[in-house]
Amino acid sequence: MALSRRVAYIDLSTGKIETKPIPVEIRKKFLGGRGLDAYLLYNHCPPGVDAFSPENPLIVSAGLLVGTLASATSRTHTMAKSPLTGLLGSCNMGGFFSPELRWAGFDHLVIKGKADKPVYIWIHNGEIEIRDAKNLWGKSVTDAQWAVREELGDPDVKCLVCGPAGEKLVRYANVMTGVKNAGGRTGMGAVMGSKNLKLIAVRGTMDIKIAYPKEALEFNKRFIEQITTAKVNQTMGILGTPFIWGATNSWGGVRVNNFQYNQLLFADDVEPERFHEISNETFGKYHMAGCFACQVHCRARYRIPDGPYKGCYDEGPEYTTQGAFASEVGCTSALTVLTGNYLCNQYGVDWLELGSLISWAMELYEKGILTIKDTGGIDLRFGNDEAVIEMIKHVCERDTWLGDVLAEGGLRAAEIIGKDSEQYLIHVKGMQNLHSDERATPALALNIATASRGSDHLRSRPAIDLYHLPEPVLRKIYSSPIPYDGPLSSDFREYAGKPWQVFWQEQCFMAVDCLGICKYHTTFLGATLPNFEDWPKVIYYNTGLEFTPQELWTIAERCNNMERLFNIREGLTPDDPHKGDILVDRYFNEPAKRGAPDVIGARIDREKFLKMRAEFYRYHGWDEKTGAPTEETLKRLGIDNEPSHLL
Amino acid sequence: MHEKANAKALVINYEKCTGCRLCELVCSVYHNGVSNPAKARIKVEKWEWEGLYIPMSCRQCIDAPCMNVCPVRAISRDEELGRVVVDHNVCIGCRSCVAVCPFGAMGFDPAERKVFKCDLCDGDPQCVRFCDEKAVNYTEVSRESLFRKRDAAEKIAQAHKKSTELISEMLD
Repeated sequence: MALSRRVAYIDLSTGKIETKPIPVEIRKKFLGGRGLDAYLLYNHCPPGVDAFSPENPLIVSAGLLVGTLASATSRTHTMAKSPLTGLLGSCNMGGFFSPELRWAGFDHLVIKGKADKPVYIWIHNGEIEIRDAKNLWGKSVTDAQWAVREELGDPDVKCLVCGPAGEKLVRYANVMTGVKNAGGRTGMGAVMGSKNLKLIAVRGTMDIKIAYPKEALEFNKRFIEQITTAKVNQTMGILGTPFIWGATNSWGGVRVNNFQYNQLLFADDVEPERFHEISNETFGKYHMAGCFACQVHCRARYRIPDGPYKGCYDEGPEYTTQGAFASEVGCTSALTVLTGNYLCNQYGVDWLELGSLISWAMELYEKGILTIKDTGGIDLRFGNDEAVIEMIKHVCERDTWLGDVLAEGGLRAAEIIGKDSEQYLIHVKGMQNLHSDERATPALALNIATASRGSDHLRSRPAIDLYHLPEPVLRKIYSSPIPYDGPLSSDFREYAGKPWQVFWQEQCFMAVDCLGICKYHTTFLGATLPNFEDWPKVIYYNTGLEFTPQELWTIAERCNNMERLFNIREGLTPDDPHKGDILVDRYFNEPAKRGAPDVIGARIDREKFLKMRAEFYRYHGWDEKTGAPTEETLKRLGIDNEPSHLL
Repeated sequence: MHEKANAKALVINYEKCTGCRLCELVCSVYHNGVSNPAKARIKVEKWEWEGLYIPMSCRQCIDAPCMNVCPVRAISRDEELGRVVVDHNVCIGCRSCVAVCPFGAMGFDPAERKVFKCDLCDGDPQCVRFCDEKAVNYTEVSRESLFRKRDAAEKIAQAHKKSTELISEMLD
């Protein structure tokens, strides 16, 4: 039964391992995946602890529906205190790890302590062992995985692994699985590295009983059709996420040369169609691949067509790779994007963070704040392809002064570099923004400013806000399952109505992260995709648990508030430039220079932004001054006595 | 005892496989009511480091080694559906069939103490039904080679087109 999966507590300092069942009452409050992770983190992470301290728990989980019939039930969630932001660390990835974890008998792993030498954790059919990782340490993301399969004698072993970047405590190192599935943002790979934990290997052959198998099969067929008939997913299945970069660059929604422009010109070589062509030529006509049970298959397979890594096999790139290694750094070469993609996948590092930091360093170089002496002889000007590739290596190896400094993340690096360097940094809560430029889109700006893990699009971005959908369509989506009769606007430059859209989206993403379903299978990029009305059915057929859409909404609220409680406890205040729900000044002061007519000249109006934020807080039941959940809110959600240590 | 002329079989076009393993999931849910690839009759073998995914299932052999090796004659051919079936009332669980199958298509469930194999879901294979990519197909056996011919011919046609382009570029 999906509900029979256990939580395991693994102490790497003492070697002690304990497992517990997860009571149904806890399921009904937090479901699983990210939501239950947030509960576990708040309960197991001592306040104010250093992220690299053995006391920081690394929590790995599978969502409630992972491995079952609900389309793309593949997501693995990882949580800990972030070494990058000092706030919530949280990342989510596809692939095949979490279904295997469930077949091996577990839903949540709480890993504490620090091993005195490199180790890995081996989990198989209810059993957990801590084993020597002497032969794995130092190996790349993929080499380590294939080596442990060899050691365990089973090609079907799945791994969650940190690469060399995690071992070297690059503060934004990823956890990864397979060739390219990455739990990026907030440095969960560095937390693994700090614990001397190279990887978690899992293999399982235990049943997950489906509550109503026949109905689950039939409903899943319809559910998949709802997902694959959306044009956006059909496009994604051909071009992958790069199509999003192409679409947004065309109207001027992409950061270029750090934050100086908002549209990359002469970009033919990094358009989605070009990557499609390269995959066709180097892999074949059928080059798209999918994560577990997913019929969207947005992951391209390719070999690097040229250069020093010619012939190397890799998967991707994503639209964030085009952002990181093309637009932000002012490069226009497919080869640079693909090589950067490959290196980041091998080192296990977050390219959103890295590309953004390299572009920041480039602007500092342009302004004379960094000199050629600081860069170790690298001509770090925008558009220098070789410099980008060199910097990726130096950061991950930490083998030059600048590489080592950038590995510390933006705010720490700005403190070391000094001068006016921080005013050029594009971040929220100390996490670099992805490549998108939100100056023309207040909803998206509010999203990155308030996202619980720092500047991020995957927490609450109402991407359909860009589609100019008619108001009645917006109303249909956004007034369910909770009534909403406030303003809604088809114009993405509007401020009115956007706080509710961002709030709704935040709820939507929390719900699927608890279930372990991919966000592309929700109302994210497509208006007709599943949301609160559809999930109760898949939950019921697969697990037998009954929820109304409104109950799911309340669970999502509860989980979002658990994350908020953690952030508030660790020092978030609304206007703190380093830890607050606020954008950097450039969003308010510098108008967008390129793009469509309604984008040129756009910038965020500070006053209207703050009004939006206050409204957004009100929907949450958060105090407008402190940003903290009020007593009343916590009581309503039944989390007024946290930490309650029930698990 | 002859194969029906229009008998269908699973025809796998491995190039189209995206490696998602939904076929394994729906197979185990349909037959066992559980999610568990270890009980699925189809399995996607992978070479992830080069992106190769090959779905493997029973070939429903005409002169089936599993059938020939079975000491108690528990395995026979169902000519109606063109499949090889196991009679669990007769099967003694010796696993000889598992050992001789050249495709690894015969499984053994230690809990149930039974062998298991693809039964084509009695004519409505769920793996086929759920594979949008048509990597797994349910097709008349006589037509399998026709698809292969067409696929191979397409490659030759593309090569021809490319060579013509190259020659015309040279002439320019």
